[in-house]
Amino acid sequence: MTLEVRDLAYAYPDGTQALFGVDLRISRGERVALLGPNGAGKTTLVMHLNGILTAGHGTVRVAGLQVGKENLQEIRRRVGLVFQDPDDQLFMPTVREDVAFGPANMGVRGAELDHKVTDALTRVGMLDAIDRPPHHLSFGQRRRVAVATVLAMDPEILVLDEPSSNLDPASRRELAQILKNLDVTVLMVTHDLPYALELCERALILSDGVIAADGPTRDILANESLLTAHRLELPYGFAIPSTGT
Amino acid sequence: MHVPDGFFTASVSIGAAVVAAAGVSVALRNAKQELDDRTAPMAGLVAAFIFAVQMLNFPVAAGTSGHLLGGALAAILVGPYTAVLCVAVVLLVQGFFFADGGLTALGINITLMGIVTAAVAWGVFRLIVRVAPNRTAIVAGSFVAALVSVPVAALAFAALFAIGGTAPIDAGAVAAAMGGTHVLIGIGEGLITAVTVSSVLAVRPDLVYGARGLTKPLVLRTADGERVVEAPRGPEAKPIRPFLVGAGIVSLLLAGVVSFFASSSPDGLERVAEDKGFLGQASDHLFGGSALADYGDVGGIPVGVAGVLGVLITLAVGLGIAYLVRRKRKVTT
Amino acid sequence: MGAGHHHQLYRPGDTLVHRLPPQCKLLAVAAFAIVVVATPRERFLAFGGYLLLLAAVAAVARVSPGFVLRRMVVELPFVLFAFAIPVIGLGERISIWGVSLSVDGLWASWNILAKATLGVIASILLAATTEPRSMLLGAQRLRMPQLLVQIATFMLRYLDVVLDAMRRMKVARESRGFQARDLRQAPILAKSAGALFIRSYERGERVHLAMLSRGYTGTMPVYRDISADVRQWLFAGALPVAAAALLFIS
Repeated sequence: MTLEVRDLAYAYPDGTQALFGVDLRISRGERVALLGPNGAGKTTLVMHLNGILTAGHGTVRVAGLQVGKENLQEIRRRVGLVFQDPDDQLFMPTVREDVAFGPANMGVRGAELDHKVTDALTRVGMLDAIDRPPHHLSFGQRRRVAVATVLAMDPEILVLDEPSSNLDPASRRELAQILKNLDVTVLMVTHDLPYALELCERALILSDGVIAADGPTRDILANESLLTAHRLELPYGFAIPSTGT
Repeated sequence: MHVPDGFFTASVSIGAAVVAAAGVSVALRNAKQELDDRTAPMAGLVAAFIFAVQMLNFPVAAGTSGHLLGGALAAILVGPYTAVLCVAVVLLVQGFFFADGGLTALGINITLMGIVTAAVAWGVFRLIVRVAPNRTAIVAGSFVAALVSVPVAALAFAALFAIGGTAPIDAGAVAAAMGGTHVLIGIGEGLITAVTVSSVLAVRPDLVYGARGLTKPLVLRTADGERVVEAPRGPEAKPIRPFLVGAGIVSLLLAGVVSFFASSSPDGLERVAEDKGFLGQASDHLFGGSALADYGDVGGIPVGVAGVLGVLITLAVGLGIAYLVRRKRKVTT
Repeated sequence: MGAGHHHQLYRPGDTLVHRLPPQCKLLAVAAFAIVVVATPRERFLAFGGYLLLLAAVAAVARVSPGFVLRRMVVELPFVLFAFAIPVIGLGERISIWGVSLSVDGLWASWNILAKATLGVIASILLAATTEPRSMLLGAQRLRMPQLLVQIATFMLRYLDVVLDAMRRMKVARESRGFQARDLRQAPILAKSAGALFIRSYERGERVHLAMLSRGYTGTMPVYRDISADVRQWLFAGALPVAAAALLFIS
C-alpha cells in the first residue's frame, strides 16, 4: 500500500474544520484522480500527505511509514508534491539547481546528484533546458520542470495539484503523455474531468471534507447526478464514450 | 537618491560602509529570529516587491514626479529588521546588477535609505500606535512615519555631506534645501505608505507587522494553516529596542553635526539667492537655490576638522556595534 | 513571458573577462572604485589613465562603447546636481560667460563627474560581463553572509514575476481609464502597491512550502562553487594595480 489515509480530520486553528474523516487507500502503481469542488478540502488533504499540516485526528501512512514530526524528511522524499503554480516550485536560479535542490537536501552529492538531475529532466523531456533560468521557459515547460524537481527525489507517490491548469492544448497533451509514461504512483487533484478520465483509471470525489465517491473514473464521470450533487460538470459537448464497458 | 561614487571622500565612504555592515548584521540576526527558516524566501520576495514599488512614479507637482523609497513602508509591513535587510539587498542588487548607485557609496546608501529610514519610521510609528492602539492610528502613524523618515534621511545625508562631502557647499544650505524638498517628497511617500498599509490591513491584517497585537489571532489562507503558529505578539516586540538604540546613536550623531553647521549660517539661503538673482534658476534643483559667496572659511578648516572627527566617531560606533554583534554571536553558538 | 529582463545588464559572451571567476572581478572593481575615489581631483592624468584602463577592459570584453553610454543614464540626476555645484558653491568666484561661478565649486563638480562616471562605467562592465547567478556565487565566495546571498538570489529569481504582476495591474488600471495626473491619484497607485505586497508575501509563503516539501531544513545546499587560481587573480588584479600605479606616478 503506497498511501493510506485513515479517518483523517483536521480543523484550522480558528476552528474552521476542513476534513471530517477522510479514508482512502492507494496501491502501488495506481493513478488516481481526486475530484471535488472548490473548498472541498482538496488542498488541505494534500498538505497532510507530506506533513506540512499535521492530522488533528486519524493517520496518514506513506509506504507503511506514518507521517509525523520525527520522520518528515523521509516522508517528504517519498511524497512528491507538484504545486499548481510552477513559479512557486521553481525558486532556484537555474533549472539544474532547482532539480538538484530536493536530492541535495537528502544528502546526495557529486556524480550521483548529476545523474539524478539529468535523469529526471530526461523523463520530462526538458534536458535541453538544464542550464536555463526557469523564468525564461514557457509556462508548459516550467510545469514539466516542476514535475522533474519532484521526480529527482524518487518519490513513492507523485501528487499533482491541478496539473492541467493554464496550459495550452499542446502543452496539456505533452504533459499528459509524460505523465502516462511515468512509472510512478500518481494522485492528481483536479477539476479537469476529461484530463482525469484520460490519465487516471480511478477517481475519488472529495466533498465537504469526506470522500463521497470512489470508483473507476469512467463510471464516476458517467453518473451525472453524482457529479451535479458535488458541483462537478463535464465540459460542454463532452460525453463519456460508451465503448469498453 | 542613489549616491554615486565621488560624492563623498573615501574615508567617509568607508566609515559609512562599516556602519552599514554592522547595521545589516544586527538586522540579519534579528530577522532570522523572527522568520527563522522563512527568512530567505520571505525577505527575497519583499525585496523584489520594494524594487518594483520604487518604479511606481507619482506626479508631485508641476511636471516633476517622485517615486516611493519604500523604507518606511517596509518597516511597517514586515518589521524594521527585515526592512533593513530588504532595502540593503535592493541597493546591493541595484549597485552590482544595474550599476545604479556607486559601489563605494553603497555603505552610505544603505545607512541612509535602509537603517536611518527604517529606524526613524519605526520609532515614530511605534510612538503613535502606542498612544492610540487602533486601526486609525496605524494608518495615521504610517503616514507620519513615512513623512518624517524621508526628510530625516535627507538631513542625515546633509550631515554626512558636512563631514565628508566633496563639494564646497554650505552645509546649512544643503541641510535646509535637502530637508525642505524632502518634506514635499515625504508627503507623497507618507500618503502612498498610509494607503498601502491600510489596503493591506483591510485584506490581510495579519501581514502588517506594525499591527501585531492589535488584531485577533488570524488564520491565514487555508493552504497555509501551518503559518498560524506565528501568533500575534504583544505590541512591544522586544528586539526593537537595541535596534532603536543603535540606530538612534547613529542618527543623533549625524543630526548633531548637521545642526552645528546649519546654525553657522541661518539666513544664508534667502540673502544670497536675492543677491545673486538666480533664485528661480537654482530652485529647480534638488538643493533649492542659494550660493554663499563669502563664506569660504566655513567650508574650509572647521569642516575639515569636524570631518576627521566625524569619520573617527562614525567608525568607532560602527566597529563597536560590529564587536558587540560578534560577541553575542559567539555566545549563542 | 520574455519581457521583464529589459534592464538586465548582462551581455553573454566568451571573452577573457567573461571567463574570470566572479569573485576576482568583484574585488577588482571594488578596489578600482576605491582608488578612483581616493584620487585627488587635480590629477587629470590619472583620471585619463583610468578611463583608458576601462576602455581596455571593455575592448577585451567586447562590450561596445554605445552600450556603456546608453546604460550611463542612471547617472543623470547626479550630473544635473554636479552642474549646479559651481553656481551654489562657496569660495572664490570667477565669471564665465557672465555667470558667476565658484572656483571650488567647479573643482567639486569635475571631481564628482569624473569619479561618478568612472565608477558607473566600471560597474556597467562588471554587470555586463558577469552572469547574475555567478555574481551571487562570487559574493558568497567573498564571505558575504549566506543569508544575504540567499535573499538576493530569491529577489532576482522573483523580480520578473513581481514586475509582471505590477505590469498587469497597470494595464488593468489604464484599461479602465486611469491616468496618474497628480497626487490625488496616488491613493489608487497605493492600493495597487498594497495588492502587490499581499501577492508577493503570499508567494513567499508558498515558495517556503515548496521548499519544505523538498526537504528544506533551513540551509541551502551548496553544489556549485567557482574557484579561482593565482593566474586569474593576477589578471583581475591588473585593473586596480594599474590604477594605483597611475595614481602614484601622476
